[in-house]
Amino acid sequence: MKIKSRLTNITSKRNRSLISEMVRSDFKLRYQGSVLGYLWSLLRPLVMFGVLYIVFTKVIKVGGSIPYYPSYLLLGLVLWTFFVESTTSGMNAIVGRGDLIRKVNIPKYIIVISTTASAFVNFSINMIVVIIFMRLGNVPLNWQIIFVPIFIVELVIFSLAISFLLSALYVKFRDFSHIWEVFLQILFYATPIIYSLSIVPSRLIKIMSINPLTQIFQDIRSLMITPETLTTKEVFGSQIGRLIPILIVLSLVLVATIYFKRSSQKFAEEL
Amino acid sequence: MSDKIALSIKNLSKDFKLPHERKNSIKEWVLHFRKPTYEKLHALHDINFEVKKGEFFGIVGRNGSGKSTLLKIIGGIYQSTKGSVTVNGTLTPFIELGIGFNPELTGRENVFMNGAILGISRKEMKTKYKEIVDFAELDNFMDQKLKNYSSGMLVRLAFSIAIQAHNDILLIDEVLAVGDAAFQRKCFEVFKDIKKSGKTVIFVTHDMGAVQEFCDRAMMIEDSKVIAIGKPREVALRYEVANSAIANNASKKDGPASSARPKSKELELLNINAHSENSNLTSIEGGKDIIVDIDFKVHELTEPIQLNLFIVKPDGTYLAGLNTNVEFGKYIPKKGSHRISCRVKADQLVKGYYFVNIGAYTYAEPARLIDVLDISFGAKVPKITILESSPNQNGEFYMRGNWSEESK
Repeated sequence: MKIKSRLTNITSKRNRSLISEMVRSDFKLRYQGSVLGYLWSLLRPLVMFGVLYIVFTKVIKVGGSIPYYPSYLLLGLVLWTFFVESTTSGMNAIVGRGDLIRKVNIPKYIIVISTTASAFVNFSINMIVVIIFMRLGNVPLNWQIIFVPIFIVELVIFSLAISFLLSALYVKFRDFSHIWEVFLQILFYATPIIYSLSIVPSRLIKIMSINPLTQIFQDIRSLMITPETLTTKEVFGSQIGRLIPILIVLSLVLVATIYFKRSSQKFAEEL
Repeated sequence: MSDKIALSIKNLSKDFKLPHERKNSIKEWVLHFRKPTYEKLHALHDINFEVKKGEFFGIVGRNGSGKSTLLKIIGGIYQSTKGSVTVNGTLTPFIELGIGFNPELTGRENVFMNGAILGISRKEMKTKYKEIVDFAELDNFMDQKLKNYSSGMLVRLAFSIAIQAHNDILLIDEVLAVGDAAFQRKCFEVFKDIKKSGKTVIFVTHDMGAVQEFCDRAMMIEDSKVIAIGKPREVALRYEVANSAIANNASKKDGPASSARPKSKELELLNINAHSENSNLTSIEGGKDIIVDIDFKVHELTEPIQLNLFIVKPDGTYLAGLNTNVEFGKYIPKKGSHRISCRVKADQLVKGYYFVNIGAYTYAEPARLIDVLDISFGAKVPKITILESSPNQNGEFYMRGNWSEESK
């Protein structure tokens, strides 16, 4: 049955103010009562960066061969942090806002989008740190950096699609918090974040390049750090290669949208 | 749908599927792959009604009757199983006050958050902010975290924000339950304003006073069905009667006299009937007499008895009783059926509803209960309505007396 209420076609103005208020309160809540406040979200990737940097340049010399390895590593970690943060908080979005959903009919997708938006604000500030870091490391600036936003958009869409899918699944199966945690651990090593894709055995390289995260990370690095970065396009030797991960992202968007739309009607009852 | 209708509900039903064993993890889902068993709960059954534009519409019903489910379906939170809901206009749901309030944020921050949920943008909210704070009388507390607020302060703040949402239809669910008397009066003033401004209000409440004061029409839901719809006064009375009967049953069940109607081999009260003195109506003008007829059957009587007619208020209060001792003395009715009558002077009953009950006791001291037809035991007893005749006084009963002035 249909509720032909105008409640459903709320103007985007209302949705925008909802998202902005949610992001705002999310930020206030997260850094409230801590002395360093926002710095903490910066410190997390930086500490990880420091540890990994020491391990991979001084202990196991993996990073040595990559030009501008510190910037390469930090950028990878910042991109990865965004992916982890948006998908984990996205998964919790619906369950965490259960009190709201049970009491008022707000578009459910707004809640998921607001968590990704929060993560994106963090990410933007982290990116400023990356750029400062790149200047300090004398990374040459390439004019092609203007194409970076395209891949960031792809990353946001990919994270959103996963968030939508996970948030709806998490309402029914609370296992997903554990499943996703384990999956992220695997993905961290399956994606060339700390190492270079070029050291991967050639029979694995194609499989790894299908991973949308690999494609996005490598493309962004190739534009921002060094053109020597092995991109998915180069692995497959043509633009067609890049289409595979993009198709994966798009089909995930389709599945996530359909599943989320279908199950969101019952969220209020199932929560 | 006509333009004059704000809300139209047709054949609305809602079932909840309550799984016998909730499967919240994949393990459970895989291990018990057999068809899950459900228990169907009919929360609403075939509800039909319309609310006109500008109408103040009350919905009453006891807890669990389905009225909150209905409100949630109107508000778009739940999907109905069958039927249709048509809303003509924008809608503000106050299913609960202070939706999205976060105890860790300050009053000010919560105002903006709650406003966004109700559809008020930050810019609009800035212009309304002072009005909200003034109305809530919380000027000194806005930079305090919400967790330091008292529950009364929370409600005041929430209510003050909620009335700023300017939509065509308002859904209000029992918001007046909290807050001190002064603030409640303020809320009522706001309701009067809302009513005057021609907005449609759908109001769910237990407060029959509020229903009668504000609503143009009201509806009562019981056991998932609409059982009454019409004038607020009639619906309110029906609600009160239903509620007191059930409350009586419940309290009697807990008490020592938990036994249901005693069954005796000696005598059985069959029927009690009450009407006004010259017609069959159970509505009696104040000051007129009530005729009560009682049928009973004697099986085996070994000692004298007395019958006691007593009148209780809808809330179960025992008002007065009248026994047969003066007229019948040590009454030993013969074996078989009997009918006795009692003319009750009802001129001291004030306007309202009453139940007429009858009990049979032994004459001896202390009296032993033989049989009783009592509303508290769920017996079918007549309900009489006293219509007002003298508007000169109020209270629990009509006081007789007259005034005079001594000339000096």
